[in-house]
Amino acid sequence: MERRKLTRKIVMHLLLLPFLIFALFPFYHMTLTSLKQDRELYDRHAVPLLIKQGPTLEHYGKLLWETEFLTWTKNSLLVTVLATSVSVLIGTIAAYALARLKFFGVGAFGTGIFVTYLVPTSLLFLPLAQVINWLGIADSKWALVLTYPTFLVPFSTWLLMGYFRTVPKEVEECAMVDGATRIQALWRIVLPITIPGLVCAALFAFTLSWNEFIYALTFTSSSDQITASVGVTSELIRGDIYFWGQLMAGAVLGSVPIVILYVFFLDYYVSGLTAGAVK
Amino acid sequence: MAIGTLPVATQARLPWRARLSELLDRETFLGPAFITPAMILILLLVAYPFCMAVYFSLSNAFIGRPSQFIGFTNFVRLWDSDAFRQTFQNAFVFTSIAIAFKLVLGMILSLLLNEQLWFKRLIRGVVLLPWVIPTALSTLGWWWMFNSLYSVVNWTGIALGIMDPPGPNWLGQRYYAMAAVIIVNVWRGLPFFVITILAGLVAIPKDLYEAAESDGANAWYRFWYVTLPMLKPVLAIVVLFSTIFTFSDFNIVYVLTHGGPINSTHLFATYSRMIGLESGRIGEGAAVSLYLFPLLAFVVWFQLRFVRKQAY
Repeated sequence: MERRKLTRKIVMHLLLLPFLIFALFPFYHMTLTSLKQDRELYDRHAVPLLIKQGPTLEHYGKLLWETEFLTWTKNSLLVTVLATSVSVLIGTIAAYALARLKFFGVGAFGTGIFVTYLVPTSLLFLPLAQVINWLGIADSKWALVLTYPTFLVPFSTWLLMGYFRTVPKEVEECAMVDGATRIQALWRIVLPITIPGLVCAALFAFTLSWNEFIYALTFTSSSDQITASVGVTSELIRGDIYFWGQLMAGAVLGSVPIVILYVFFLDYYVSGLTAGAVK
Repeated sequence: MAIGTLPVATQARLPWRARLSELLDRETFLGPAFITPAMILILLLVAYPFCMAVYFSLSNAFIGRPSQFIGFTNFVRLWDSDAFRQTFQNAFVFTSIAIAFKLVLGMILSLLLNEQLWFKRLIRGVVLLPWVIPTALSTLGWWWMFNSLYSVVNWTGIALGIMDPPGPNWLGQRYYAMAAVIIVNVWRGLPFFVITILAGLVAIPKDLYEAAESDGANAWYRFWYVTLPMLKPVLAIVVLFSTIFTFSDFNIVYVLTHGGPINSTHLFATYSRMIGLESGRIGEGAAVSLYLFPLLAFVVWFQLRFVRKQAY
């Protein structure tokens, strides 16, 4: 019996293997390419799966010192941090109101948030570009700070509503019977309990805005305003000659902030991904 | 306690503060106050642009020129154009094939992840990774993997004896280009399916399986008569969500093929951008993206009608 269990376990791992290779291989190959010397990279007789002629950091050096990659990364960080904080703040109070308070229009607003959550960005980028023009922030990273909350707020509101619902009403009512105002009860009792939810919302908002592409591509174009994704995909490709080593180095470095967060907060990602859809 | 001590120091302001705090304690005031920022944002930057998109689609708007109302001309003209017909067809082919693969592979993978495993956390982390990395950047990696001269996919295929050298020119031939775009979409969208289905699997009560087993049901029967029916609501939600996101996909096609070769991989979003921004015909571009709307409306209606009713 024990042996059958062990065999089953090993078979399961073997069946998983192709999936794991499928998931990881693009990252492996990207990293490998970014570390290869040009000589080996463009040798059509070399084995593309390995580095045989010694690794090099040359592509990374060129990317950092000869392109504006650092500026793009700084823009990404600024936009992401601002958009995330504003959105989580707005989302938190809206979610609290939707989950806890009774007032006129609460149901309609909840539905509105849900519908907005489902509207894809590719439906709105054309008219939003006009709005951005009228506001005089065309080709500026501030256009992104302003527009990213349009998808981050519905998402974090939706996510946080689920978390607020899990806090028992009695906890809050007890505090209010003891003389605390509603705001004090929210600040001192409810919010500390929902910290995991807030972390989750912030993490997802950060990831979504770091990864955003269509708005960034449409609303910004100057080299000193664009974000990392746009910079790497448009500025590093000039003419017909691609510098694959540099391009892959850019793709790897542009993903690093998210990978770091991911390694530390894996469980939040898992719970957020399910909560976002199922709740 | 800081709030409690403040009024003592500023005696004169007491009535004003007291009134404010009394107001904040009233749900009929606090509720609307708390949703106001979100509401303003949605009205100004989602609802208003959406109405603009509808207006644009009914006008002959062109970048930097006043526009006139022209009714449904844009929609009709698009429907008559080969490029748009092609885009329309692409969107359905792309979405249905990609979702079918994500559903089947997602089901298999989540059943595997639900087993007893070594390094469970690590394996989950790897499976989820494609979903968290910026799509535009990981698609660049795929672009390189499908490169016409140095494709590692072809190299591996030839080495394994599956392909004849030199192997397909993935991004230069129409069906291969569509296949490439679908592969990347499946790669990137699979984690969402896996994690959601897995959450559904974990929630199925164990005694259902025990009862089926004591009735002599084998593994296949247990899957068909217990697992699948219990997962139905979760699968419905995943497929609906994914339909919207796959239909409106932009990043993968834009980076990988730019809609080419000869429009054979254009989707609504990439075609709308090409017409609306690159050629400047905003009216027509808006009409392209509004073809997404009936689908969106259906999914929203379905979600509101069936799914949310069950949840609450």
